[in-house]
Amino acid sequence: MREQLIRNLKVVYARLWVRVKGGNREPEWLIAELIIPMLTLSAYVYLYKMLNAPPEYGGFVIIGGTMVAFWSNVLWNMSAQFYWEKETGSLEVYLVAPISRMAILLGMALGGIVNTTLRAVAILVAGALIFQVPFALQEPLTALLMFFLTIIALYALGMLFASLFMLYGREAWHTASLLQEPVYLFSGLYFPVNQLPFVVQLVASLIPLTFGLDGIRRVIILGEGIADIWLNVAVLVVFILILLPLAKFALNYMENLGKKEGRLTLRWQ
Amino acid sequence: MKLPHSIETRDLTRIFKSKNETVKALDKVSLSIEEREIFGLLGPNGAGKTTFIKILTTLLLPTNGEAYVGGFNVIKEPDRVRKIISLVSGGETPGYGILSVRENLWFFSQLYGLSSTAAREKIKRLMADLDFEEYANTRMAKLSTGYRQRLNLARGLLSGPNILFLDEPTLGLDVLTAKKLRSYIVDWAKKEAKGTVLLTTHYMAEADEMCDRVAIIDRGRILACDSPSTLKENLKQKQIMRVEIASVQADFGFIDKMADVIGYSQTRNIQTGTTTLKIMVDNETAFAKIMRQLEKLKILSVSKAEPTLEDVYISLVGRGFEEGEASTSA
Repeated sequence: MREQLIRNLKVVYARLWVRVKGGNREPEWLIAELIIPMLTLSAYVYLYKMLNAPPEYGGFVIIGGTMVAFWSNVLWNMSAQFYWEKETGSLEVYLVAPISRMAILLGMALGGIVNTTLRAVAILVAGALIFQVPFALQEPLTALLMFFLTIIALYALGMLFASLFMLYGREAWHTASLLQEPVYLFSGLYFPVNQLPFVVQLVASLIPLTFGLDGIRRVIILGEGIADIWLNVAVLVVFILILLPLAKFALNYMENLGKKEGRLTLRWQ
Repeated sequence: MKLPHSIETRDLTRIFKSKNETVKALDKVSLSIEEREIFGLLGPNGAGKTTFIKILTTLLLPTNGEAYVGGFNVIKEPDRVRKIISLVSGGETPGYGILSVRENLWFFSQLYGLSSTAAREKIKRLMADLDFEEYANTRMAKLSTGYRQRLNLARGLLSGPNILFLDEPTLGLDVLTAKKLRSYIVDWAKKEAKGTVLLTTHYMAEADEMCDRVAIIDRGRILACDSPSTLKENLKQKQIMRVEIASVQADFGFIDKMADVIGYSQTRNIQTGTTTLKIMVDNETAFAKIMRQLEKLKILSVSKAEPTLEDVYISLVGRGFEEGEASTSA
């Protein structure tokens, strides 16, 4: 039991290390993950300025742009990763090794969080300096709590999607593509979600990013505290409690299904 | 229940079903492989070799039958099986192109919980043994196919497995690299206290050179199982002739219809415009009849051949590998 735990912890660290090392080895990431998102942010910030929107809207956009990085990372570098691992033969090596599949995913998630946090902080700082966004942060710990709860819930969702990629490959790819833009819209990445119609807000509430983003914005931009955003915290905790075990179950289920159907390591699906 | 064999299967069957067809990839395969044995599974593409290895390495469930690896049931005790095995597949490059060879190997060592010191030492030794130390800091993406396969084999040996599964380990490699890897694997199996190797290949010479015993598999069924020398010895009573013909388009279907013909194989060489026939017959009279038919073509050479494992396959199936490759791959 202890030996198994140590081995899995080593796997978590090793997979995290691979992601961080690989992700930062070539400087091209600066263009793809920092400069291009900044251009998108600029468009929204200038649009709000042109419409004489309150200056807080600029902050909303910057925070949204920061969190977009995490959502993209979850979708394409976390969920879809199993697809690439399968194509190169790495997935086969993982599955033959005496390790927990969740350890691999956790390592990927943590590595993704480290890399994306670096990018997110860069976007946040650059955005704040360039656009002179007003921050009214009163409770930094609450901001950190909201941030980590949001990230854990998001990556738990990523783990759930990863199980789909383990088996369905290209079909899951389409699902991820399908989720990208609607989540941008429903989670209110570039505008406050309360501007959306009530029914759409209901749909949006199924996405952990919506609550996380709302909470983070209220704490950082509007200066609210834990007493004001307790509902966001509670909802995110519920998301985490549901998504993590669900991801583990889905991973086991998909692995067994793959073994039965013979599709677990089948390429070019 | 612990069993004395390193690998044992009983009536192992795997059926793949899709909308349009049902393929029996393995048909009641029963095999026993002993500790420290290098065992070859020889057959054309689609014969069921990879399916067999996937079941034994816990990547696939059988439809029926039982399989034990190191005494552990692959269905009921997959975690225990995984601790003592390693799988190396030819033509694949698990790992991360952006990382160096050493970094990739370190990563894979962590899947088996090696300490960093032990991992470093093992990596150094394996890279030296497999002659690719100078590429230790080269990114994997920049390695040639041969060096990638050396890396792949080193990765498979890092964990110190008791049982090594090699699925077409020399696929696509140049002659020298393939020879190097074969010789290393044979040495490894001799040195390791419990080193059992299950090798799948469709290269006859590879099986002949490396294996203590070989099972010939075709369309999911084991047709013969013995040492290469015994399998070939059984053909001593047969006549095997090699005929080289200056044509790549001639139809040799008539050979099948002739009496006393056990089987034949044909290898067409587009570059030289020649076809080499290997014909196995029960007696020389049959061969004389075939030669009379072939006289219509330009015969470049005729020679008597010593039995090889390919001839064993021909004697069992009636055709060579090239003609017999199934349309489905498993």
